Amino acid sequence: MDMASLLMTAPELVLSVSGLALLMVAAYAGDGSARLVGWLSIAALAVAGWTLCGTPGHGGEAFDGLYRADAFGAFAKVLIYLAAAVSILVAPRFFATGREIRAEYAILILFACVGMGLMVSAGDMLTLYVGLELNSLASYVLASFMRQDSRSAEAGLKYFVLGALASGILLYGISLLYGFTGSTSYAGIATAMSEDGLSNGELFGLVFVLAGLAFKISAVPFHMWTPDVYEGSPTPVTAFFASAPKVAAMGLTVRVAMEAMGSALDSWQQIVIFVALASILFGAVAAIGQTNIKRLMAYSSINNVGFALVGLAAGTAEGVAAVMSYLAIYVVMTIGSFLCIMQMRDADGRPVEEIASLAGLSQSRKGLAAAFAIFMFSLAGIPPMMGFWAKFLVFDAAVGAGLTGLAAFGIAMSVIGAFYYLKIIKTIYFDEPAAVYAPAGSRIENALMAVAAAVIVLGYLLNPFLDKVSTAAAAALH
Amino acid sequence: MIQVFAFYLFACIMIGAAALTIFARNPVHSVLWLIVAFFNAGGLMILLGAEFIAMLLVIVYVGAVAVLFLFVVMMLNIDFAELRAGFVSYLPFGMLIAIVLAAEILLGLGIWSVGPIELAQRAAPVPADIHNIQAIGALLYTRYIFLFEMAGLVLLVAMIGAIVLTHRGRSGVRGQNIDRQNRRRPQDAIVNIAQPVGKGVEL
Repeated sequence: MDMASLLMTAPELVLSVSGLALLMVAAYAGDGSARLVGWLSIAALAVAGWTLCGTPGHGGEAFDGLYRADAFGAFAKVLIYLAAAVSILVAPRFFATGREIRAEYAILILFACVGMGLMVSAGDMLTLYVGLELNSLASYVLASFMRQDSRSAEAGLKYFVLGALASGILLYGISLLYGFTGSTSYAGIATAMSEDGLSNGELFGLVFVLAGLAFKISAVPFHMWTPDVYEGSPTPVTAFFASAPKVAAMGLTVRVAMEAMGSALDSWQQIVIFVALASILFGAVAAIGQTNIKRLMAYSSINNVGFALVGLAAGTAEGVAAVMSYLAIYVVMTIGSFLCIMQMRDADGRPVEEIASLAGLSQSRKGLAAAFAIFMFSLAGIPPMMGFWAKFLVFDAAVGAGLTGLAAFGIAMSVIGAFYYLKIIKTIYFDEPAAVYAPAGSRIENALMAVAAAVIVLGYLLNPFLDKVSTAAAAALH
Repeated sequence: MIQVFAFYLFACIMIGAAALTIFARNPVHSVLWLIVAFFNAGGLMILLGAEFIAMLLVIVYVGAVAVLFLFVVMMLNIDFAELRAGFVSYLPFGMLIAIVLAAEILLGLGIWSVGPIELAQRAAPVPADIHNIQAIGALLYTRYIFLFEMAGLVLLVAMIGAIVLTHRGRSGVRGQNIDRQNRRRPQDAIVNIAQPVGKGVEL
């Protein structure tokens, strides 16, 4: 083991060591230290993000190719750390009303971030799997964090059982790939696949690996768990699930598809196209009848994953850059939406999740109503908002790769999707007022919401920067 | 000669123990027979030169899995007579599974004659001069040390998760306070009583 390799994994080292240290703080200071542990965790995430400026951001291969420190991983990690920090930041207020916030919340998120960092930086199927399991195990616990609440326990159990099944499918695929290519490293698999064409065994392995990964990004037809888990989990955890692990799993899928299976583009392209189409269609249609805002966001995330996969289906560097830009914008939109959702509390301060309770919000809470409208317009892809630009990029990449039909279908479906986003805006602005929400209590949440809304509206100013980093990320894959 | 003798010894005892695992009426006896079968399987692995797998069988299967079975069997009050009651109705399904397993064994034997799988790009060649425990250890603690540590982190998260989900601070339990125990002196705890004859002890 050499020090250079170890230095390249600095973000993971920082997070693991601070996770262990904070665990000690939590063990000795008790749950009263939950807020302190939360702030220290955010500091650890910031330090881990800062290390990405150095060698961990562009260092190359570490540990004989098990781990790769490049611009692609760095880009995804910045998004992951941002989303994780926000979900730690908003947790204390959510748990304050009669629920227990425990210090382990932030620590579990830190360890999940270590796992997600491994996922996006993996250069080997083994790293991929260990990272995925680390992230998943922490996620199962986070889903059932409100253990007194039966819906939360149900969410955790469902996520665990289906997640274990998906891990099994993924592992089966990996073992097939190992058996037929003789290697677990992406480079080795790529060499074996390109040398003598794609054998049947390799094809089977590829299909199983993609199926396992489709579960993790909750793409149709492996999406069944998403609405239940999103609904049952505590809202800050749902915000986390909808953002950080999505980025990690998408990044992982892109890297595996482009690096390990790059030569088998024709084979996986049709799978990705099908999954993208099915996710877009299902996410748009099934969301229409939902009355619970968290379930609606679950279908919205399925829908968005479909759009992101359109970029991957292109199979080009432009496509990968479009996926990364899409993920960045998606994370801001989703986090913003969940910040709004966390403001939905009745007069006693208890969280409300019914869409009907939003009626007439524009009269009692003008700022919140405006923020909600901005995020919903953006998720729907209505032009002045950044959400439009994200969709434009992936469709542009798809058309550039000759997939005009796919792009046309996606655009048509996004009109259906727009229906339910617009329905929320209609409820907020044009319906008879329902019961008034409790007033906003936290300046931090309001500030975060304002920043997210500003990014969504004025994001075009950031476009040159976003283009540059996502192109660099795409160029790092080979 | 001695290898052949050892092979038949281990193999016969293992098959016998495996049969008794199924046929024993008492589930605790079943688990004990299972342990015997694992030990003999370990012996067979040593004959094959796979001493690492032999140790895994003994340490993991006997030490952990079989003991876990034993706990489950003894602690959960499972009525095995009731479980056996559905035997006839499940027989067709059971037969189907048995046929599938038998077919897989035959298939495996057929493929065995083709020869071993060629791994063109092994991470490391199989070294001839050292034991396979050494070979695995050398690979695990050098090339894959990073993943080894990360797997440790996975276990840690599992442990934290189990505690987070099940631990609750209960009142009325008497926790151990080592410091207080050590500070306790004989004069705090022991009282000499001049007990008169014919009277009860006053507590």
